[in-house]
Amino acid sequence: MSEEMKPMRLAVSEALVAYGKKNPDIVVLDADTSNSTQTKLFGQAFPDRFFNVGISEANMVSIAAGLSLAGKIPFATSFAFLLAYRAGDQVRSQVAYGRLNVKLIGSYCGLSDHADGASHQGVTDVSVMRALPNMTVVCCTNLTEVYQVVEAAAEYPGPVYIRVSRAECRRLFNPATHPFRIGKGIELRSGEDVGIIGTGTIMEAALQAAEQLEAQSIGVTLVELHTVKPLDRELLLQCARRTKALVTCEENNVFGGLYGAVTEVLARHHPVPVIPIGIQDRFGDTGSYAELLEEYGLTAGHIVRAAYHLLERK
Amino acid sequence: MDVRELKTLANHLRKTVLEMAWVAGSGHIGGSFSCAEILAVLYERILNVDPRNPHKHDRDIFILSKGHAAPALYFILAHKGFFEKEKLLTLRKKGSILQGHPDMHKVPGVEISTGSLGMGISNGIGFCLGNRLNEINSTVYVLCGDGELNEGQCWEAFSAAVKFGLDKLVVLVDRNQVQLDGTTEEIMPMPNLAARIEAFGWQVYKCDGHSVEDLLEVLTKAKAERGAPKLILAETVKGKGVSFMEGQYIWHGKPLNEEEYRRAKKELGELTI
Repeated sequence: MSEEMKPMRLAVSEALVAYGKKNPDIVVLDADTSNSTQTKLFGQAFPDRFFNVGISEANMVSIAAGLSLAGKIPFATSFAFLLAYRAGDQVRSQVAYGRLNVKLIGSYCGLSDHADGASHQGVTDVSVMRALPNMTVVCCTNLTEVYQVVEAAAEYPGPVYIRVSRAECRRLFNPATHPFRIGKGIELRSGEDVGIIGTGTIMEAALQAAEQLEAQSIGVTLVELHTVKPLDRELLLQCARRTKALVTCEENNVFGGLYGAVTEVLARHHPVPVIPIGIQDRFGDTGSYAELLEEYGLTAGHIVRAAYHLLERK
Repeated sequence: MDVRELKTLANHLRKTVLEMAWVAGSGHIGGSFSCAEILAVLYERILNVDPRNPHKHDRDIFILSKGHAAPALYFILAHKGFFEKEKLLTLRKKGSILQGHPDMHKVPGVEISTGSLGMGISNGIGFCLGNRLNEINSTVYVLCGDGELNEGQCWEAFSAAVKFGLDKLVVLVDRNQVQLDGTTEEIMPMPNLAARIEAFGWQVYKCDGHSVEDLLEVLTKAKAERGAPKLILAETVKGKGVSFMEGQYIWHGKPLNEEEYRRAKKELGELTI
């Protein structure tokens, strides 16, 4: 699709502004990260609907809770790890338990805040959010989706966690042929030999891996599951029945994220071998993004090798 | 309701909560007793709420940030007609709408689920900000415990309320000087509480939290004054009304035995629901 590259965090803030023009009820909160998360754009466009609470994430989420009950649709934004942990109890006890109409944007996800190092890299937020009852979890995979996710989340009832990368990404497909619907996965290829299921920005690498495999006449079913909860089980089972061997891809711990979600369904309904491409239960590190992705086994090459491994076993 | 009737209502709250906790086998008696007058005055004379229309858009908001005082809140909501009084003795039972801590989806009149401490002031800020955008002229009241003020989030909220200029926010602190493990002085002293909060930019008032007259006066004043968010430090006694409970930390959440129940009942008087 298009070659235009843009940081995902910037695109989501542009989407907030665009939707903010359509819907006067949306408000945005940030906790002194708006120059990083780019929510400052919303603050510039709608100063009376933007609340920067300073470095107080727990406060921010509980304020968002109150705003949602006053009839607003709040988007509370911070770094992914802070929403999952620093504000974790507030997300749990009020937003999730209360099924409140609060939308959370966890920015700088995965290893995308590469130079800052482990303290800032959210490598478990997908697992944490997925384990919360009533929480919907969406990991944006590419630019097409990011421009649609704000509106989709605002119109979806209840708590939604939107995971957003610091990194640049491009549009991977055409929204006209692949509309974004929360809970609905997108099948990009339908080959027979191996399945690749991805969520988040690693989808770009998954796409490259699929192309490399196809160049060797290996048939690939390529599925994008932006919504990790609720998982599109039907699409997943279809993929498993067809290929009988899967690789899951995510920039999150292999414990509790997409790999967990996929294997939970398959172990019960259609057991097939599944190899996880993800962060192997370790914290992040400092370096360039490309170096970290290589070191943590999150590249197209790693996905391809995992596919070969599955094919050997068949 | 006049002053005498309000005092009777507060006593009725204590009698009922005692009975509820006895039947339930557990419940937070000490902290429910200490805010009896506060809840009676708020719900009978201050809050603009309608039990027949719990969601009316211009209502005043009350948030029980110290969610463990749920039995007291349940009593006053039932008294006002938000739900049937007969449900009160189902506190903490399986299938009851009356959980140990308030569930907003189960109990009409509960604005937001609480129980995990320190969140109510922030919630109140959210309501105020939303009301301001919607041009709704309500007042938002939050009742906190004093032990609860150990939670850092409270101080995050103290700063934020001032930044956003929320003069329709009134926080009451049930200053009963006792928390779960001991007195507040033993566990985590917070000297100069009024001065600290004033230093954040709040308008702070002190009153006798068991004097209906004092509460009426200070709440009326707080609602009317403009400019800053308001905090009322209500000096109270944990377990007020039962001599062997007053000021005793064990009565934060300890279940009654039969002898204690009978002694407490004797002191408070017979209950007629």
